[in-house]
Amino acid sequence: MANIISDETIEYVSILAKLELSDEQKEAAKKDMGRMLDYIDKLNELDTSGVEPMSHVFPVRNVFREDVVTNRDESEQILKNAPEEQDNMFVVPRTFE
Amino acid sequence: MAKQYETVIGLEVHVELATKTKIFCGCSTAFGGAPNTHTCPVCTGMPGSLPVLNKKVLEYAVAVGLATNCDITRVCKFDRKNYFYPDNPQNYQISQLYLPICRNGCVEIETADGKKNVGIHEIHMEEDAGKLIHDDWADRTLVDYNRSGVPLIEIVSEPDMRSAEEVIAYLEKLRMRIQYLGVSDCKLQEGSMRADVNLSVREVGAAEYGTRTEMKNLNSFKAISHAISCERERQIDLLEAGKKVIQETRHFDDNKGESYPMRSKEDAQDYRYFPDPDLVPVYVDDMFLQEIKDREPEFREAKMLRYEREYGLPAYDIEILTGEKALADLFEATTAICGKPKLVSNWLMGETLRLCREKNMDASDLRFSPDNLAKLIDLTETKTINGSVAKEVFEVMFEENIDPAAYVEEKGLKTVGDEGLLRKTVEEVLAANPQSVSDYKGGKQKAIGFLVGQTMKAMKGKADPAMVNQLLREYLD
Repeated sequence: MANIISDETIEYVSILAKLELSDEQKEAAKKDMGRMLDYIDKLNELDTSGVEPMSHVFPVRNVFREDVVTNRDESEQILKNAPEEQDNMFVVPRTFE
Repeated sequence: MAKQYETVIGLEVHVELATKTKIFCGCSTAFGGAPNTHTCPVCTGMPGSLPVLNKKVLEYAVAVGLATNCDITRVCKFDRKNYFYPDNPQNYQISQLYLPICRNGCVEIETADGKKNVGIHEIHMEEDAGKLIHDDWADRTLVDYNRSGVPLIEIVSEPDMRSAEEVIAYLEKLRMRIQYLGVSDCKLQEGSMRADVNLSVREVGAAEYGTRTEMKNLNSFKAISHAISCERERQIDLLEAGKKVIQETRHFDDNKGESYPMRSKEDAQDYRYFPDPDLVPVYVDDMFLQEIKDREPEFREAKMLRYEREYGLPAYDIEILTGEKALADLFEATTAICGKPKLVSNWLMGETLRLCREKNMDASDLRFSPDNLAKLIDLTETKTINGSVAKEVFEVMFEENIDPAAYVEEKGLKTVGDEGLLRKTVEEVLAANPQSVSDYKGGKQKAIGFLVGQTMKAMKGKADPAMVNQLLREYLD
């Protein structure tokens, strides 16, 4: 494996991803991530100078909506996705400003 | 000798665009809806939903770019800014990092120190987040996603400002440009315009910038000025004590005049931007640009020159009238009807703004029509009603947009032009107030004021005060 993932990196990535990993999970994640980066490194074997980065597979551009209200109050449906509901709002653990 | 420091300031200004619908879905942006009634799978980040750009958002962003001398990016894209916070249901905000719609602009500002240009680094389009409401009793947080997906533009300036005065002048300039374009009402207090202040200090003459901090929660020009002076002092104190300024985001408390860091180390500032694969690239062509240029309104600077040339108004009137687009519009529409610019200006700057202040309203909240104001001016000009009756009628018109001519007729407020009746009343008043008459004759000029008042009262306010004055003098002198 060419890419060795450090303890600091895996710690940092788990903070970003809001994951708490056990020591065994960390070791496994380090190996997985290393292998993924090795695979991505293959791309470096190609000369991509002068190639525009692609963000879309299809040659589609300028897809717009007109500024017209099309949606109605569907809060009842939407709130079915809330783990808990109060006063027509989603309840989440307390956040601090 | 004490070191001299220079303050270096750049601003990030968020402006909420006045579209009817959100940036990527057909949900209403109307204010004040019950929680979550303006939401759909797109703006609540449901898997499988597909955002589609509101064309109006692009038009508005380009219009602001052109009005601030920016280069418009002909091929632009949207990116995802990744972070976890409950106000953001997708766990990313759709924004623009790599190819923002506008770059490289500038606006000219003027302060007591003269004119200067403030550079605009870029303007990008993005979406607003939901609103968090903290339930202290239950120690939990409630989320309303009605604001989620409301379109914003973020205007990022260059670090070109050196004082609070320059910052305010810059914000005022942006506000005027954007308000005149009709793209947003730009109200700081209501949050449709928000400014974050990036500030650093350095010794005068230093080549490098110091380490900057970003200040948030600034809801008025006053709070912005206050935050700037407090943060300048804080950074200078650190440097004088041999300490370093830490690059961080700070929350300003205007009441205490203090700020504190907003994020802990647990929240790493790493947004891992990448192009949003759900949104296709936007190509801006010449025709689209031309259409927007053609729609460009007369901006404040041009309007000020024209008001002087066309209407011959004093500089003070022009400054006030053009300071709110809605007021300028009302002025022009009324003047077009009645052809008396100075009288229209007097009503707007005097009674109108007095009542606005009293009722805590903006010019954009005014309800009376230009037609009715023109009618009221006509009623006073023809002396159909006197000045104090006109003010009373105006107050009713201000509230209910009544037709003043019909109102005056209905309530019988016309000035009584019957000289016989007026003479009779004056004679009665003189007979009833011998003391005042002798006071006046004894040289107390002021006594006539009392007699005018008594006559006006007897006439139920419906006389021409000048005429009353004249008649009284005729009898007394």
